Amino acid sequence: MDHSFPQKVLEHLFSFIDSNKDRNAISLVSKSWYEIERRSRKKIFIGNCYAVSPTTVIKRFPELRSITLKGKPHFADFNLVPDGWGGYVYTWIEAMAVSVPLLEEIRLKRMVVTDESLELIAKSFKNFKVLVLISCEGFSTDGLEAIASNCRNLKELNLQESEVEDLSGDWLCYFPDSYTSLVSLNISCLNNEVNLSALEALLGRCPNLQTLCLNHAVPLDKLPSLLSQCPQLVELGTGVYSTEEMHPDVLSSLITAFSGCKQLKSLSGFWNVLPSYLPALYPICSRLTSLNLSYAIIQSSDIVKLIGQCPNLLRLWVLDYIEDVGLEAVAASCKDLQELRVFPSDPSCLELNNALTERGLVSVFKGCPKLQSVLYFCRQMSNAALSAIAQIRPNLTRFRLCILEPHTPDYLTLQPLDSGFGAIVEHCKDLQRLSLSGLLTDRVFEYIGTHAKKLEMLSVAFAGDSDLGLHYVLSGCENLRKLEIRDCPFGDEALLANAAKLETMRSLWMSSCSVSYGACKLLGQKMPKLNVEVIDESGPPDSRPDSCPVEKLYIYRSIAGPRLDMPGFVWTMGDDSSRKLELDVAGVEAQFRNL
Amino acid sequence: MSYHLFLHQPTTPSNLIYSSSSFSSISILNSTNSYQEMENSLVNHETELNLKATELRLGLPGCDEVNKLQCNFSILRSNKRSSSEISTEVDSMSKSKLNTSNGSEITSHDDQDNAPPSKAQIVGWPPIRSYRKNNLQQKKGESEVGMYVKVSMAGAPYLRKIDLKFYKSYSELLKVLENMFKCTFGEYSEREGYNGSEFVPTYEDKDGDWMLIGDVPWEMFMSSCKRLRIMKGSEAKGLGCF
Repeated sequence: MDHSFPQKVLEHLFSFIDSNKDRNAISLVSKSWYEIERRSRKKIFIGNCYAVSPTTVIKRFPELRSITLKGKPHFADFNLVPDGWGGYVYTWIEAMAVSVPLLEEIRLKRMVVTDESLELIAKSFKNFKVLVLISCEGFSTDGLEAIASNCRNLKELNLQESEVEDLSGDWLCYFPDSYTSLVSLNISCLNNEVNLSALEALLGRCPNLQTLCLNHAVPLDKLPSLLSQCPQLVELGTGVYSTEEMHPDVLSSLITAFSGCKQLKSLSGFWNVLPSYLPALYPICSRLTSLNLSYAIIQSSDIVKLIGQCPNLLRLWVLDYIEDVGLEAVAASCKDLQELRVFPSDPSCLELNNALTERGLVSVFKGCPKLQSVLYFCRQMSNAALSAIAQIRPNLTRFRLCILEPHTPDYLTLQPLDSGFGAIVEHCKDLQRLSLSGLLTDRVFEYIGTHAKKLEMLSVAFAGDSDLGLHYVLSGCENLRKLEIRDCPFGDEALLANAAKLETMRSLWMSSCSVSYGACKLLGQKMPKLNVEVIDESGPPDSRPDSCPVEKLYIYRSIAGPRLDMPGFVWTMGDDSSRKLELDVAGVEAQFRNL
Repeated sequence: MSYHLFLHQPTTPSNLIYSSSSFSSISILNSTNSYQEMENSLVNHETELNLKATELRLGLPGCDEVNKLQCNFSILRSNKRSSSEISTEVDSMSKSKLNTSNGSEITSHDDQDNAPPSKAQIVGWPPIRSYRKNNLQQKKGESEVGMYVKVSMAGAPYLRKIDLKFYKSYSELLKVLENMFKCTFGEYSEREGYNGSEFVPTYEDKDGDWMLIGDVPWEMFMSSCKRLRIMKGSEAKGLGCF
């Protein structure tokens, strides 16, 4: 049928298709479409760097120009994945250095990047343009020196939230005078001072600079002179936003500098805020679409004064100092708001805080018709509030609620929060991401399995009563890709009964649950396309009975087979070379047949 | 041909180019059971999913369920739980033994009775990135070190510095200031301030406003005071009158 369509035409058509989802669908149509598609795909997204080998990717997509790789499981963000687990990018860089010399973009998340990797990137890819390292670690400013010296065409250098060994602020000086192509620079994670005069000179000679996120070591009184070098900025992350004592001349030069930035739409930074300097922002507030005050320790009244002038805000990140009254002000002023994140200012404090409650959240939902993505930390919640939210805002796509104290029930009725979350999944039919908290029984998982048909990612902690909970989710959520669970009484049965489901997902994380070592072995044995990794820092699980629960379990589908870079506390199940393993497995299997 | 399926993450099982028998054949428990039968049997045995029948236990041999929960994470007792509402809510509804309440209500955790009171800690909870936690600590770190503020006095050519951390209340602070500058402040009243005193203790707060010492709660004063000034009674007129 596609003989009637010349290859050139198809190639031309496919060149308009950017989304990986669409391209994946195209590649399934026929062998010739698969071939044409693969030869023209330039951008690859790999959600789990261990799911496929670099060689396989490079062989299939020879025209690769841009690669995105994710490494560690999401719970690594909360210190649940021990150091040394893996996620090394070097083998990828090595393979691409040889076979993909025209590579332009590397975007990594939660991976270990060494200075050698950076040096290899710097010298292997002549047309390298974009380096984004989000929540990465393992490199120092030495590696950055290599990038700065060699990447003549670099447009973006983004180190968001990475852990960098900060040896010297002079790495910035390694950008040659002839280098002028910088568009985006995010160094907010660096701890020490960067060479400010080098930075200022760099900003001055890069006319296309749009994004600049400074680190907290950049003093506030330097900000006006930096901004004067790049008034065309669209996105700014300030350094520290205070001086030891308030200086009126710093304030006035800030006002002048900000007013000069006519394109500025997005603000972040704001470490250590001195509220007297906030009025410097008032002239530009009406243009702001994104405001990140989540490091700003300022009172509700100051926040409200600022936000009241930002009617065009699409995205707001803030600390719980905003309080319910501040959120009501947001609801009144920011009618276009799409995303809200409220972080806790004192997470370890267990006292009930009556200033930020579920009422603030409900008021924002009531006032902001476009609100679809929410992350909310609080100390109390009710089923009534959740049901209200579900009915007011059925277009919700991302809902992450974190009630700080585990097992907290509905504070009005003392019931579990099952029906509230149930209402969310029932009414919000497009919900893609959900994080649960509070007191929850198996019932909430029944609701999720029944209704959350578009759900792709689910995070669960301290919830459920039995394996039924896990079973409902695995058997009901058709689009589930990522499931991460901690401290829930889920065990072997649901996992084994839904083994096939795991091959349709990217990954499953379970820690401090009740999955036995025997079940892990069985799963690994029976499912060769899954890597079943047991993480146990207390010693080899072999030294304990098979019925003992494993500390942590990470299961992901892979066509690359078991990985070879595991540390001593990670074991891959199902390694066929072990005879004893087969006998153990047979025994456990026999037990399960009796259920 | 099948490998590329993993790269694009098919959205529903029906998209998989697997043989249709794959779901049932992968059933681990019994190769002749269909997937649906498995589901039914799980639902029917809702109350029996405790694995006792197969002798697979939920914990280390010899442990019971309580200990299993304790093995999973370490909890230290909290000393900040002054609100009794929290303890009754959580204790009555909580199924796990991990929640702690006021020290006096703990009976079963003998080993923890002698532990110094401290905040409850669960690894990785609440789910906040360490990057964020570290950056928020900065503000707190400052106050651990010491809170030196300058003190000036109308008519005196010199400045003094005191460490506010040493004082727990306004009366302590005022007594020290009176000694330091050889003056008296008189009685403070909310309405009248230090009316009638020759000297009036004031401070500048974070916003640059001058306030009477004593106007705000001590905690708020501690966190907002930038420097102190002992003004003449006439100089201080108008402060504290709203």
